[in-house]
Amino acid sequence: MGIAYIYPPYEVVRNKDRCIGCRVCERQCANEVHHYSEEAGCMMADESKCVNCHRCVSLCPTRALKIVKTDHTFKENANWSGKAIQEIYRQASTGGVLLSSMGNPEPYPIYFDKILLNASQVTNPSIDPLREPMETRVFLGKKPKQIKRDKNGNILPQNTPHLELSMPVMFSAMSYGSISYNAHESLARAARELGIYYNTGEGGLHEDFYQYGANTIVQVASGRFGVHSDYLDTAAAIEIKMGQGAKPGIGGHLPGTKIVGDVSRTRMIPEGSDAISPAPHHDIYSIEDLRQLVYSLKEATNYEKPVIVKIAAVHNVSAIASGIARSGADIIAIDGYRGGTGAAPTRIRDNVGIPIELALASVDKRLRDEGIRDDVSIVVGGSIRSSADVFKAIALGADCCYIGTASLLALGCHLCRSCHEGKCNWGIATQRPDLVKRLNPDIGSQRLVNMLTAWNHEIKEMMGGMGINSIESLKGNRLMLRGIGMTEKELEILGIKHAGE
Amino acid sequence: MKRVYVNEKWCLGCHLCEYNCAFAQTGKEDMALALKGKQIHPNIRVEDGENIHFAVNCRHCDEPLCVKGCITGALSRDENGVITIDKEHCIHCYTCILSCPYGAIVPSEEGAIQKCELCIKTTQGTPRCVAGCPNNAIVFEER
Amino acid sequence: MLKEGQVRIPSGCAISGIFCKSGKRMSGEAIIESIRIMHDRSNGLGGGFAAYGIYPEYKDYYAFHVFYDNHEAKKDCESFLERHFDIINLSKIPTRKIPQITDEPLIWRYFVTPLHTKLAESQLDEDEFVVKCVFRVNTEINGAYVFSSGKDMGVFKAVGFPEDVGRFYRLEEYEGYCFTAHGRYPTNTPGWWGGAHPFALLDCSVVHNGEISSYDANRRAIEMYGYKCTLQTDTEVIAYIYDYLKRKIGLTELEIASVIAAPFWQTIERMPKEQRQRAEYLRNVFAGQLITGPFSILVGFDGGLMALNDRLKLRSMVIGEKDDMVYMASEECAIRIIQPELDRVWSPRGGEAVIVTLDEAAKAAYQSRA
Repeated sequence: MGIAYIYPPYEVVRNKDRCIGCRVCERQCANEVHHYSEEAGCMMADESKCVNCHRCVSLCPTRALKIVKTDHTFKENANWSGKAIQEIYRQASTGGVLLSSMGNPEPYPIYFDKILLNASQVTNPSIDPLREPMETRVFLGKKPKQIKRDKNGNILPQNTPHLELSMPVMFSAMSYGSISYNAHESLARAARELGIYYNTGEGGLHEDFYQYGANTIVQVASGRFGVHSDYLDTAAAIEIKMGQGAKPGIGGHLPGTKIVGDVSRTRMIPEGSDAISPAPHHDIYSIEDLRQLVYSLKEATNYEKPVIVKIAAVHNVSAIASGIARSGADIIAIDGYRGGTGAAPTRIRDNVGIPIELALASVDKRLRDEGIRDDVSIVVGGSIRSSADVFKAIALGADCCYIGTASLLALGCHLCRSCHEGKCNWGIATQRPDLVKRLNPDIGSQRLVNMLTAWNHEIKEMMGGMGINSIESLKGNRLMLRGIGMTEKELEILGIKHAGE
Repeated sequence: MKRVYVNEKWCLGCHLCEYNCAFAQTGKEDMALALKGKQIHPNIRVEDGENIHFAVNCRHCDEPLCVKGCITGALSRDENGVITIDKEHCIHCYTCILSCPYGAIVPSEEGAIQKCELCIKTTQGTPRCVAGCPNNAIVFEER
Repeated sequence: MLKEGQVRIPSGCAISGIFCKSGKRMSGEAIIESIRIMHDRSNGLGGGFAAYGIYPEYKDYYAFHVFYDNHEAKKDCESFLERHFDIINLSKIPTRKIPQITDEPLIWRYFVTPLHTKLAESQLDEDEFVVKCVFRVNTEINGAYVFSSGKDMGVFKAVGFPEDVGRFYRLEEYEGYCFTAHGRYPTNTPGWWGGAHPFALLDCSVVHNGEISSYDANRRAIEMYGYKCTLQTDTEVIAYIYDYLKRKIGLTELEIASVIAAPFWQTIERMPKEQRQRAEYLRNVFAGQLITGPFSILVGFDGGLMALNDRLKLRSMVIGEKDDMVYMASEECAIRIIQPELDRVWSPRGGEAVIVTLDEAAKAAYQSRA
């Protein structure tokens, strides 16, 4: 072991007056931080193993535990932060690429937090959602260009393939494998109860979950894991994953330790083999190739299902989105650089991509400028943290939002960002049976339903406050937004005025 | 009647139910104060196997062998079907302990037997082991 | 100070409309009286009228009413018109000098028909060609603004109280089968006459009372179809939505009403199956044309008039009927002052369109299109 270059970043603080020695912390920590010392007659902790996931803190019945950041420090240096130094130590000892999980945590601007909403005063009345209908139903997909009538002149409803949602939020792609069976079941059940959709990610669809097909979006990613005709037929929509906000430019990574049992069967790959999806789709090297895959999938499903193309928000996202809109896709999903992941190279996660707010604003504008905004719906994710973020995204021009991290938080995730280690104490990002069972889908699905029910109430309150009683009247309604503390350029890209204007 | 049931599929073996039970028995408001430094004697006990955990407590049988065998009438079945113990009348013969097929009855520190009474004497409503279970593995319901 | 169009100005308003189903032509006297009685609903910063059936001798020609800031603009605009249209007649619009109306621009009227060569070259239909030309004048010729462009109809508007605007334009000297009027109560001054209402495109004219909350959603949606919202007013965007749904999509007035004041989902769910499917379809396809927030509007069109409230009825609207006459106004007094004896008077529900059209015989007589 030699020299301990890395000092543990957290300290486990135990209030000895409150600890009753029940050892729940010990039993619940998959990282084996806690143990009972017969010799000392009390609980001890090895904080070097602690990932700060709060499982022990949350289960301690006497609230005897807390985790604090260590005050151990390097000599102050505005350039060489402790984090930068420790990363060097880590790489010097392993020779490996640094891995991280969940979204980019670095202190870049968060534009949602610099946008303020409007409300009605005097000249038009606000609407009370408790007393008047307040509508949040949305449709995703192409809008028909023309109306057709029968011989009596009645309109013939000839809907193009579309998704109908009770509210403008869906659970974003998280594969079975990256998250547990119980996490998937929680998402699927919540989606059905809420009248929205969840997304399989690129891990295939477990046979037990075919029953939720009407609320399922299945993903076709560069590894093509788990893709077969039943998989496509069962789904409500098919998503082609070109990229992901957390790691634009590279494919999904799932370590072999997570490819066990059902996960391997569902992915249709051998147990224990690393599932490293290719960086590009090897049948898509250009936009015309994408068109072929879009139409192959449509052909395979009888032109009955909308096809989503998901891309990471990168520098020329609006041109790419415009190309996708012309490639036959029905929905474009854009994932911002804060988007989460079960595992990504740290440098990529923290340095590649652009904020979703800016990407959304420029894509929506570009598609409108080109007159093709009705040809596609826009779904945005990475990261939507609250109903206010959803609201602002819709007003900037999105049709709907994807939530990944927020849904995991509802399931108990404490954002310790250690998913890639596979020892998730909350039973979410793990395949260890003893850990997976910690997430009871009865509880998990209910918590997801609760969260989105609350969000929907909040969305209705904000809509009512500005005198809007249907979500479609919010879509792209940028006059309802004002920026605060932004530059001219930022406001120009977002297409909004500054507060006070 | 509503009974406490355990679903081993969701039991994590965290043993919190035991501490919640012991805490309920003390009638105190603060768990640290109630249990600090004490040996606990819960009426629910988690059996731990390799990959399985299962909390066991009194089943409140419809035809309770313990009540049948109790020579002093200290154990009885109340109008709701809850098997309760009158510690004043218990003479520590432990016939009930021998006859309970679930091992759900144990001697208390004072000698009289103790058993789960569904918290009817300690808390109102939901038994404490159920309320405190982090994974809905213990439920209180009609079956 | 910023002119209307450079800034968005919320307004309260009075509106009134008179329609004769038998097509009998009446003078503009009554509509001035009707809007006058609602004086307190305006604040002197805008008033106007739309009149239908007023140019029978030129009914086959587009009647352009144009504001000019100066002679330079007039020269530029006329040269543009000459390049694109056959100008059958041109004149100043007759006005009356009154102290209440000041700072008037040059106000001209042209009866035109597109030049065949230009029309053929554009590959557009006649109406679309005219719309394109109107947009070009309004956005590219500084100081020129076409505020009326329909056939056998005209818009007359100004900054002032509506009754003064009526007298200024000598409205009592026109005769038509339909008139609408607007008195405006903007929160700040529009700065120029183009900001007054009605707003018109081709034969469709809109008077509106309200401030729609969906404005920017509607604006950005409609601008995708080639419209340019230069005034930033609700009325303008509503007129464009109407024009788009009617002329480009081919919806009926009733269908248009069920798009812009769509029934609530809870209402749709109670409809019989076929009707429900159609309603769902329209809401899905024309989601961007749903208008929310308070409005009451009168939409005049060739041979008809439609009254519509927002779906919660957040603005007042009363309809009165007497024989072949239909009256629509913000307040009942505006109807009673010109027709005290009514056969029927009622308030339509939120989202319920009231549509009146000329009788078949009258329609044939007025038919302005081949």
